[in-house]
Amino acid sequence: MKARIHVTLKNGVLDPQGKAIELALGNLGFDGVNSARQGKYFELDLAETNREKALSVVEDMCKKLIANTVIENYSVELE
Amino acid sequence: MKSAVIVFPGSNCDRDMAVAIEKVTGVKPTMVWHQEYDFDPVDFIALPGGFSYGDYLRCGAMSARSHIMGEVAKRAKAGVPTLGVCNGFQVLAEAGLLPGALMRNAGLKFVCRDVSLKVVNADTRFTSGYDGGQEITVPVAHHDGNYFADSDTISALEDGGQVAFRYTEDINGSCNGIAGVTNKAGNILGMMPHPERMVDPALGGFDGIHDGRALFESVLAGIG
Repeated sequence: MKARIHVTLKNGVLDPQGKAIELALGNLGFDGVNSARQGKYFELDLAETNREKALSVVEDMCKKLIANTVIENYSVELE
Repeated sequence: MKSAVIVFPGSNCDRDMAVAIEKVTGVKPTMVWHQEYDFDPVDFIALPGGFSYGDYLRCGAMSARSHIMGEVAKRAKAGVPTLGVCNGFQVLAEAGLLPGALMRNAGLKFVCRDVSLKVVNADTRFTSGYDGGQEITVPVAHHDGNYFADSDTISALEDGGQVAFRYTEDINGSCNGIAGVTNKAGNILGMMPHPERMVDPALGGFDGIHDGRALFESVLAGIG
């Protein structure tokens, strides 16, 4: 089973890299980008075949390593 | 006073830290590799600066989960004075031993220069050798020193005397200009500036202004 994980900065956490991307897009002539936020994407190939178990394990992985929940949120999709 | 310096792959201030500790305490610290599970009893643990694990995932994230950190966490929670400088601060924050997180500098620049710090709380085991409100000059060298915590946490840190050092100017976007924080018990300090680079007279480590030496002397005085 595959797990796809998105990690994003929480609202209210300053994202200087996202801000720089937003400015660079403007410099390239892409108007109308109100804001840009940068995040991370992970793909895990899991041996687990039970969906419920897989979700619980991946959430644990996110809390313990993949995301820093002081500043980041995560979301998990299973396939 | 016996000390240990924890060494991670990519640590690059471990030798500076060891030299500083030896100069002040007169005893060579034990260098402890991150894959160890245990080390001899010590009075002081230091996590050095550097770019451990190449800053993979997040600065300090991989090191915070290395074998040795289980033992470091156990001892730090039991009250052993524990100092994390720069990457060491990031590791302590990632390990949950200190509140908050260190993010990319707000200006996106690697900041590498001497900065002026205000000693906010001189009543900790790391700062007792300074005067409260004193300004000292210590170098910084980091890309990810932007200290962040939610506003409730920041208020609690300020009210609880956990802010040890504050930048006198905004160099990296840190909340409230925080340069160094302690845990609630006051035995764990994380700071982005490098006091270990200011312990030698050749670098100005004796005049009380350019002074990182007093930090190590404070720890030594607390141990006796």
